[in-house]
Amino acid sequence: MSDASVNVKKRQMMTADGIPLKRSLRISLRREKLRGLALLAVPALFVIMLFIWPIYTLFQKSIDDSFVNDVLPRTMAIYEKWDGEDLPGEVHFEAMFLDLTTAEKLEIGKVSTRMNYAKSGWKSLIKKSNRKFKKFDPQKALLPQMIKADKRWGDIEFWKSLGIMKDRRTAGYYWNAVDRTYDSKKNVIMQPENRRVYVMFWKRTLLVSAIVTVACLILAYPVAYLLATLPLRVSNLLMICVLMPFWTSLLVRIVAWMIMLQQQGVLNDSLVGLGIIAEENRLPLMYNFNGTLIVMTQVLLPFMILPLYSVMRGIPPTYMKAAQNLGATPSWAFLRVYMPQTVPGVGAGVILVFIVAVGYFITPELVGGKDGQMIGNQIAYHLRKSLNWGLASAMGVMLLVAILVLYWVYDKIVGIDNMRLG
Amino acid sequence: MSEFHEMGFVEFSKVQKSYDGESLVVKDLNLSVGKGEFLTMLGPSGSGKTTCLMMLAGFETATHGEILLDSRPINNIPPHKRGIGMVFQNYALFPHMTVNENLSFPLEVRGQGKAEREANVKKALDMVQMSEFGHRRPAQLSGGQQQRIALARSLVFEPDLVLMDEPLGALDKQLREHMQFEIKHLHERLGVTVVYVTHDQSEALTMSDRIAVFDDGVIQQLASPNDLYERPENAFVAQFIGENNRIDAVVSEIHGDKVLVEYNNGGKGEALAVNCGDVGSKTTLSVRPERVRIGEKVGVNSIDAVVKELIYLGDHIRCRMDVMGNDEFVVKIPNSATSISMDVGEKTSVSWDVSDCRALDA
Repeated sequence: MSDASVNVKKRQMMTADGIPLKRSLRISLRREKLRGLALLAVPALFVIMLFIWPIYTLFQKSIDDSFVNDVLPRTMAIYEKWDGEDLPGEVHFEAMFLDLTTAEKLEIGKVSTRMNYAKSGWKSLIKKSNRKFKKFDPQKALLPQMIKADKRWGDIEFWKSLGIMKDRRTAGYYWNAVDRTYDSKKNVIMQPENRRVYVMFWKRTLLVSAIVTVACLILAYPVAYLLATLPLRVSNLLMICVLMPFWTSLLVRIVAWMIMLQQQGVLNDSLVGLGIIAEENRLPLMYNFNGTLIVMTQVLLPFMILPLYSVMRGIPPTYMKAAQNLGATPSWAFLRVYMPQTVPGVGAGVILVFIVAVGYFITPELVGGKDGQMIGNQIAYHLRKSLNWGLASAMGVMLLVAILVLYWVYDKIVGIDNMRLG
Repeated sequence: MSEFHEMGFVEFSKVQKSYDGESLVVKDLNLSVGKGEFLTMLGPSGSGKTTCLMMLAGFETATHGEILLDSRPINNIPPHKRGIGMVFQNYALFPHMTVNENLSFPLEVRGQGKAEREANVKKALDMVQMSEFGHRRPAQLSGGQQQRIALARSLVFEPDLVLMDEPLGALDKQLREHMQFEIKHLHERLGVTVVYVTHDQSEALTMSDRIAVFDDGVIQQLASPNDLYERPENAFVAQFIGENNRIDAVVSEIHGDKVLVEYNNGGKGEALAVNCGDVGSKTTLSVRPERVRIGEKVGVNSIDAVVKELIYLGDHIRCRMDVMGNDEFVVKIPNSATSISMDVGEKTSVSWDVSDCRALDA
């Protein structure tokens, strides 16, 4: 610190009335500050309610495992007392019996579904037992009655599996999302061979997103260049052609692609009609991996064209002229002078397309067939069909983290400040 | 121009240019630029001067006619093979490259080795006194500094011809005047041929060996700054270069290089016959404000006038007067101890020598 600034610190500045200048300034700015904060509160509230809160609940859901504890309180309270080796004692059976007979029927259905993730068989065991519980004599020991009703109650593997669910927080859904699970001692192990699917879906999702992103870049670059260099009147017309599909319903576009690309579709018919391919060699372009790629590329193309166009529009044509004037051939000038200046647009387009592609699900659902499904379809499946919201949430959080990591990498390499979204 | 021995280093021969096939932007241009000359194309916007420059650089093709560089037709040579340096209006420094990279770009393209490139870049930066700024990016430089870098870049590969398209247009007045001298001195030192485009007449007068005044796609006059100001050949040039008083008149008699004219109010006067028609045709007389005398009624050219406005400008007083119904008649009175004092509304008379009054086209 220089001498001058030390001096300033010693001598406190005063206003003409003798109030310290700093306080006077603070008072005079307070009104403005308050007004600024009030205005800021509206969008801040909006962001919290519609963005931060849902993401927080999503995260909560993905690690929440309190359900079994809530529905089977007696069983879980004394669970620790069991040695985990021999068959549990009468108290445990009694607790289980009381829990299952006092809980609401709907809750039992839900909890049995959860328990079934830990060990398959729980659902049918509880369903079957619940019917027989009515005939039980509560005065007698419950252990033999329950084992008599269903001999699985005597299988300590079922009792062991309860241990996995005794904590109210779990990372289990995350392990499930990458084909791993807990054994009864809470060690992470691979899922059985026939239940390993998600790693494959993750890989395919990344692969599809990468291919779609690259394809979009290759297709969008020349279009954006043309848009940016043509006279405004022509380029506006072209822009409408680019945006028209963007405004059209996604379903309509997908159906159009179905008509184009299916086995008996326009493209295959034309190729066969022209004698380019034989009748029996019709190209499989729809309801498979290819279908997903083709349609997603078309759907996401505007997300690449628009940021590229906006960046290219801002590059004055004099740069290319200057480069040529300095002796560079037009192609060299393009490579060395024009393309580096489009990097912010390329970065924005790539990030945008990749992020949207990673979470895509309608298109793969409709045109992906069996081998064109992505992780988004799995999330939808668990949300709507299997109702395993924990797993769906975990997958959602993982997608979000993957995107944030991507963003971070981009920031390191190119710099977020360099990104121009349009 | 005898000082340029090799005339025709750059030659425009019957060059025409049209963008739409209906109107000509450049009409029948014939122009010869000597080696080492500083030639300025001056004119209002839309006069075709920039188009000429772009044709020379190769970014526009001539619709008709031929352009020769060092007696070699260059109409069909692409811009990157012409080897002409150019300073663009907004400098066009590549924003993603440092100053050093910008300067070595043309050298790289020409296949120079790293060491050679570095030496040349350093030399060019020294030339514009910017050697400490090699690692900056253009955005980190001020307008004047960018201008110097653009200048250095256009010269770094040692072209014989450098084109400048209003390079000082974006600078403030003081910096602009400073850069004018710097460019002029650089030109003198390097002996490079410069074709310079501007719409600023004082810039053109300061820097050029010769000035081509453009209007409406035609060179109105091609002459040295001195000639252009003292001896304009038509009414447009007289009006465009410097301040000018124009008086409408009709030719009544011609005597050799002198002409007798009659003013609209019936008064008579005498002028130099520069560019006027036959007896009876209309003409525009041109008199520079500093060549007009106030108060004395001597000689043939003497007219009554009324003082309308006086503006004190330090070194001179600018006096706006009403002369024969034209109240835009300006007289510059030098500020000296002997100068007469006047008041607004005062009736007086103005007069000028015959040699200071040129009869031009109407």
